[in-house]
Amino acid sequence: MILASQVWTQIFWTSVIAGGLLAGVPLMFTALGEAISERAGVLNIGLEGMMLAGAYCGFLGAYYGGNQWVGYLAGIGAGILASLIMVALCVWLGLDQIVVGIAITLAGEGITSVLYQARFSAEQPRLGNLDSNPIPLLDRIPVLGKAINGQTPLFDQPLIVYLGLTFAFVLAWVFRRTNVGLNLRAAGEKPEALDAAGVSVVATRSYAVLATGSLAGLGGAYLAIAGTGGFQPFLTQGQGFMAIVIAMLARGRPIRVVVFSLMFGIALSLSTVLQLAGIELAPEVVNMLPFAAVILALILFARRAYLPPALALAYVRGAR
Amino acid sequence: MTQHNGTSIPLVELRGITKAFPGVLANDRIDLTLRGGEVHCLLGENGAGKSTLIAILSGLNRPDAGEILIEGKPTTISSPRRALELGIGTVHQHSTLIPALSVLENLMLGDRRGLRLDEAGARRRLRDLSAQLGVEIDPDAKARDLALGHQQQVEIVKALWRGSRVLILDEPTSMLTPQGVAELAKVLDRLTESGQAIVFITHKLHEALSLGDQISILRQGRLVGHLTKEEIRIRSHDELRAEIVRIMFGEEARDIGDVAELREEVAGARSERHVPENAEVVLELRGLTAPGEGSERGVEEISFELRQGEILGIAGMDGNGQRALAEAIAGQRHASHGHVLLYGGDVSRLGVASRQKLGLRYVTDDRLGEGIVGMLPVGLNLFLKRIGEAPYWRYGRIQRAVVEGRAAELVREFDVRTPSVSKRVSTLSGGNIQKILLARELSFDPKVVVFHKPTYGLDVKTTAMVRALIRKLADGGGAAVVISTDLDELLELSDRIAVLSRGRLVGVVSNGPGAAEEVGELMVGSPAEAA
Repeated sequence: MILASQVWTQIFWTSVIAGGLLAGVPLMFTALGEAISERAGVLNIGLEGMMLAGAYCGFLGAYYGGNQWVGYLAGIGAGILASLIMVALCVWLGLDQIVVGIAITLAGEGITSVLYQARFSAEQPRLGNLDSNPIPLLDRIPVLGKAINGQTPLFDQPLIVYLGLTFAFVLAWVFRRTNVGLNLRAAGEKPEALDAAGVSVVATRSYAVLATGSLAGLGGAYLAIAGTGGFQPFLTQGQGFMAIVIAMLARGRPIRVVVFSLMFGIALSLSTVLQLAGIELAPEVVNMLPFAAVILALILFARRAYLPPALALAYVRGAR
Repeated sequence: MTQHNGTSIPLVELRGITKAFPGVLANDRIDLTLRGGEVHCLLGENGAGKSTLIAILSGLNRPDAGEILIEGKPTTISSPRRALELGIGTVHQHSTLIPALSVLENLMLGDRRGLRLDEAGARRRLRDLSAQLGVEIDPDAKARDLALGHQQQVEIVKALWRGSRVLILDEPTSMLTPQGVAELAKVLDRLTESGQAIVFITHKLHEALSLGDQISILRQGRLVGHLTKEEIRIRSHDELRAEIVRIMFGEEARDIGDVAELREEVAGARSERHVPENAEVVLELRGLTAPGEGSERGVEEISFELRQGEILGIAGMDGNGQRALAEAIAGQRHASHGHVLLYGGDVSRLGVASRQKLGLRYVTDDRLGEGIVGMLPVGLNLFLKRIGEAPYWRYGRIQRAVVEGRAAELVREFDVRTPSVSKRVSTLSGGNIQKILLARELSFDPKVVVFHKPTYGLDVKTTAMVRALIRKLADGGGAAVVISTDLDELLELSDRIAVLSRGRLVGVVSNGPGAAEEVGELMVGSPAEAA
């Protein structure tokens, strides 16, 4: 029997938040991407595959380029390439988004696994630690600001994390205050109205899907480079699908996406946290927790989820 | 008929516009002249070619032949954007507003100046335009929260947004209350005063006569008549009306005893059906409450009685709970409170199939969605609700010969135009699909039938037929609930008209003189409710 006071220490909370951030950031990038294409009316089920492509290429970039930034760029590039398939098949040719999405996921899983096994299965190389950037002042907060068990301290994160958080606010502004954002929303709500207003629905949706691909690729690359420090087949373990759930629950609002991502990140990092608290659970049970969290969130908040009316519908001019 | 009754060059001139679609000559050598400060009414039945002409003017379609002159210069209108640039704004029959966006966002959509939305500028522009139209529009309201009349005002503002000089209104009154129509007329007055040219499309003759400075009449793709300003001014309304009816329907006029406008011609000749006070109550609703679905409204505490031989109209603008009411009666939607009684027996707990068997039927407004299975043949669609029943099915197997034989009879009886009963339903026209639904619901001993927008989108002849079937049902000992957004239809058919507003029945009016105004008042609602 463990006393509650032993568990709910400050150390516990710090590691919960820090762990949530570490595991939540890839989700955040990917879900922000999904928020973009979802609001534009494209449901991107291929997110998992795009993340894996990004993770593998990100790993390659960081490994051979010797620099995390090369890795992130490679991840973004891979995500864009994977999403080009979606743009061509779904947006240009109007094929079913779900079928194509599943194909991209399966292809991403298969191709990255095969390539990794063929090249690296013997060595299983690891990437080095990243430079991090402490936030002045905040990193001096006692306990909360300190490193625990070798984890990154809360206020001492890689630069890309700060960039990602900033991007969420920029994206919120874009949605709300710019022509681009209004066009995106119109493409998801009522594409024929956007068309009638003289803006190309196909172009709008294409850019949205490419943005999604690049963010999913970045999310995957972050997972490989900063999260696990290397690549393994099926590294993402369903995080792409979690990102879809997050975007839906957040109703495509960037700030909420960040909050939900961190919550799911906490669920993902629970195994470390529980160990820290001295609670021993079978690893199978711990691995299950994030998905249980997804199901629970869906049960609790399903009514809150908002999907644009034109989501997952191909736009064909003149068809009603 | 004078082509040029002024010295000024007309804003827009169409010459010999011809447009063919596969199998139809939609526009055949049409000439039309639009001048500033005039309302030009285009009058014609469904399929007369009005919509095609408008599509050509607004840049959605290109004519096969003929030319368009704008201020005397030959011009090609290649796209909707080009039309806007040329100063031609269109208010389409179906809303083009995005429900989830605010009024302001809807108006700013498609603006290409800079990255940032110019909200302050848009607010100013909206203020100016609403002052010009004499209307008040809340810029921050979501489009879906606006009443239809207000949505239309926003559409008009949207059409004028980029400085249009020609405003096209496609059937603008079809969804409006009588009061809404009066308000629209005022807006049009102010627009013509400021020199705007207006094209007003309608199939209602009285609107054309009261609003139009010029009236052009289309029929089967041809311009068959034109009334100039002078003619409209000097001749009496009755005289004009008779002439227009003759032009519009030609020799057919005698066959169609049922067109809304003709009915006015023979006012009083409307068969006065009389429902005896002591007729049996066949359907009763007691405090029926059913939830809405998604953004669509539910109904609360609906109570009414329907007697044998009676037609009860349910008026109200779209989205006031019509579908929830219809589905709750039919059993397609679970009622959270209240009861549905059929011949005094409570059927509230019964499902669709049981109610169907008891003679409670529902003709849906969603013909293509829930009404039919498009991929299945006509014959099977006629028996969709009897799957598994003898003699059409035996031991789980369909008796093709029986089904097709009976289907062929129904097809004949209800005049469904189909090459054969094995033809896929999705290949038929809307009118024929509606006939199939009617054949299905009105066969096998119907007692109480709920019709939801039974003539929406149908041509004159089918409309006449549908209405005749509804009357026949009531005269033959059945009873009908007709839910419609077309007030004229309800005035023509119903014995009583109940008004559905915000999910509640706000009043019941006996049909007769003055009923239209009374119903209109109820539809708009008391000021407290409308807030």
